[in-house]
Amino acid sequence: MEEHLKNSVTDGQEEYVLNIGPQHPSTHGVLRLVASLRGEIVTNIEPHIGYIHRGIEKMCESLTYPQIIHLTDRMDYLSAHINNEAVCLNVEKALEIDIPDRIKVIRTIMAELTRIQSHQLFWATFGMDLGGLTCFFYGLRDREKVLDIFEETCGGRMIVSYNCPGGLMHDIHPGFQKRVKEFIEYFRKTLPEYDQLLTGNVIFRERTMGIGKLTLGEAIAHGITGPTARASGFSCDVRKKEPYSAYDRIKFNEVLFTEGDTYHRYLVRMDEMRQSMDIIEQLIDNIPEGPYAVKMKPIIRLPEGEYYQRVETARGELGVYIISDGNKNPYRVKFRSPNFVNLSVLNMLSKGFKIADLIAISGSLDLIIPDIDR
Amino acid sequence: MRSIVKYISEVLSGVWSLLKGMKVTGSYFFRPSAIVTQKYPENRKDLVMFERFKGEVIMPHNENNEHRCTGCGICEINCPNGTIEVITKTIITPEGKKKRAIDKHIYRLSMCSFCALCVKTCPSNALAFSQEFEHAVFDRSKLIKISNKPGSQLMKGVE
Amino acid sequence: MPFDIYDFTSLTQWIDTSLNDRLSPFWAVVAEMAIVGLLILVFYALIGLFLVYAERKVCAFMQNRLGPNRVGPFGIFQTVADLIKLLLVELVPIRNADKFLFNVAPFIVIIASFMAISAIPFAKGLHAIDLNIGVFYVIAVSALGVIGVLLAGWSSNNKYSLIGAMRSGAQIVSYELSVGLSLITVIILAGTMQLSEIVQAQSTGWFIFRGHIPAFIAFVIFLIASTAETNRGPFDLAEAESELTAGFHTEYSGIKFAFFFLAEYMNMFIVASIAATVFLGGWMPFHIGSWEAFNHVMDFIPPFIWYLMKTFFIIFLMMWFKWTFPRLRIDQLLTLEWKYLLPINLVNVVFMAFIVLMGWHF
Ligand code: SF4
Ligand code: SF4
Repeated sequence: MEEHLKNSVTDGQEEYVLNIGPQHPSTHGVLRLVASLRGEIVTNIEPHIGYIHRGIEKMCESLTYPQIIHLTDRMDYLSAHINNEAVCLNVEKALEIDIPDRIKVIRTIMAELTRIQSHQLFWATFGMDLGGLTCFFYGLRDREKVLDIFEETCGGRMIVSYNCPGGLMHDIHPGFQKRVKEFIEYFRKTLPEYDQLLTGNVIFRERTMGIGKLTLGEAIAHGITGPTARASGFSCDVRKKEPYSAYDRIKFNEVLFTEGDTYHRYLVRMDEMRQSMDIIEQLIDNIPEGPYAVKMKPIIRLPEGEYYQRVETARGELGVYIISDGNKNPYRVKFRSPNFVNLSVLNMLSKGFKIADLIAISGSLDLIIPDIDR
Repeated sequence: MRSIVKYISEVLSGVWSLLKGMKVTGSYFFRPSAIVTQKYPENRKDLVMFERFKGEVIMPHNENNEHRCTGCGICEINCPNGTIEVITKTIITPEGKKKRAIDKHIYRLSMCSFCALCVKTCPSNALAFSQEFEHAVFDRSKLIKISNKPGSQLMKGVE
Repeated sequence: MPFDIYDFTSLTQWIDTSLNDRLSPFWAVVAEMAIVGLLILVFYALIGLFLVYAERKVCAFMQNRLGPNRVGPFGIFQTVADLIKLLLVELVPIRNADKFLFNVAPFIVIIASFMAISAIPFAKGLHAIDLNIGVFYVIAVSALGVIGVLLAGWSSNNKYSLIGAMRSGAQIVSYELSVGLSLITVIILAGTMQLSEIVQAQSTGWFIFRGHIPAFIAFVIFLIASTAETNRGPFDLAEAESELTAGFHTEYSGIKFAFFFLAEYMNMFIVASIAATVFLGGWMPFHIGSWEAFNHVMDFIPPFIWYLMKTFFIIFLMMWFKWTFPRLRIDQLLTLEWKYLLPINLVNVVFMAFIVLMGWHF
């Protein structure tokens, strides 16, 4: 590790090695980037990860399936619901359980709310990375409303643990629908403010347009998923490609751009918030009646075999791979986390740009460090 | 000529986009009613948490100091991180039968990850979440709590 | 004129003569210097504390927050409490720093802003020195602060600090041009560089109205350039907390940090007062043509209050900028200056000269 910190000499010029992180305002967690600079220009980025490795995959091997759920909350904490859902879907698929519509619809609404709040936080922190501190507060202000919905129904704000194999922990709160509708109405009014404050702003456009271009080929080659890939034109939305829960019965557009620069990565997320609101509006008034959970055996044992389920989190494709040997604990669990893969292009994207662009690019990848390290 | 027009229109549209942003922040500046933050310790009295809020796991007791816990230990098995420890004892019922009863139901708040599995799986609904959220203490040992109150008994009719 | 009751000339003259009566000329000057120094020091500290508080409240309201509200009513003593805290905080010694430069840098920054403030006319007859090249002096002296910033960044021996300092150097060298040129535009109109006379010349109308289009353009450019010169957002590249953690003052703590902090606010105050003096008529009340009654009422507001009102208006504008816009990148910062502000400014100077020659101003 130490040799990276020494100044390396290349073609007669010394490189200025700057250690960004693990405690840095713009790495959004404990990511460490060892940046080699020439003047302000970034020549190389070496991400050092593992500062928040908790061994979640290994821990899963000693837990039962219902217990695994609460660990997935803590991977990508902004997509907690969707992570929960991924494990539950996988377990349900393995057990070949039919899930009633009510559960599917509620899960979908919750997942879309999660997506909205995650993108709100993205907007907030992205604005902050670019130096517009006020965005941070507006984003968090609106996110608070979603968190209130979660808190009322699930009892937790970020760490929700609302899904469980076979359904949900408990039924939705009686005030759930009203609250969601109020939020959608409110957020449709405040979303234009986001555009006025950042999207249209000439400084913002100058800072982001044409910065950190990711081509379609590179996106596919690196396995990039989520909004980051869709900004480059890679149609990879699992909700469309392999619909799970209630996504097969609703209409929504997959947001696609071809430019692949920082600005369009931002735009994808802005548009996805609108799409998510459309999805919620289609579902919120016709939540079917029915039980909120299927009766499961007290001890869940998956039949021997390998199971894989992928879902679309707010950052890309999360894959849950479970090998079962028929016991109540899984034999092996592997999470294919979108952030770990998305981080891999950071060096490629930011080479030749300035430090300020590096911050903008890493902000636009919307990395969640606990999901990288797990 | 065209480039000059382009230059000027670029400058003007840039300034216009900046003014739009200033309109948003400026309008909030003159609208103190839009303030969302609160003065926390002062508003303690009217600060109501949602009833499902997972503050900490408690064992509700009724007015006769009775709880519903039979000491079966299912919550202990289900807890993913060993937060709960159930210590049982054997008591003699008035009818002269030996019976298992709870001695201590230990709950370590510092280890709890609020997954709600214990509350959900308890066969006799003995556990619940309280809405308490002010958990800060000066001594770590204060986070180890005993859920059943001293001298409490099993509620009648709960098996 | 009715606002003569607020004229400080007689008061200062009376102090001067009575001191001279009692003391030898040398000691009289020393006593005067002491009085002026003390007054400015107190004024400086008060304004600094107030501005920090005001900024925190302004940004809080823009961000839907309450802002400081604990110490005193509406938290007005918050900054005092912060100051006490900063005084008590340990000064962390930096092992590989250049000790002398590291310690001297905050003083350079604060002395530069201190010197600039002395030439500003607060009201009629109320300024420390009335140089005949006042505008020039203020620009020159306030630009000295960058030396402190450069030294701070260099001597802390911290990579973030160094980048911050270098950015700051590039920034000030370029924006100094625009500040100077936009003031020159007005000097053409005023025909003098003496600040007191510039104010006096605006008794019939503020320069921003009298010089209409070119003066307004100059005012806008001055606002942008001076925001950049004071290292404030959206031009706060030298600090850029999301990129360089705290830029040039990363390694400073305690009272040394407070010096940088205070100097930032005082620089903002200084450029705002220059803008108020040069474009908005300094301490001159607001008059509208022939509305005698209205003008009369305006005259009763003391000139010092007028001066403060205008200055704070401009400070508010600068805070508004800071809390709305994202930060520029270093190359964009220089592009803005060399490709946009400077050409516009040069054309504007010629335009103004033409207007003055033709007598098309009011
Ligand atoms: S909520 Fe979960 S972690 Fe906490 S005590 Fe109950 S089962 Fe254990
Ligand atoms: S709390 Fe419930 S699950 Fe736990 S020991 Fe008591 S009865 Fe059993």
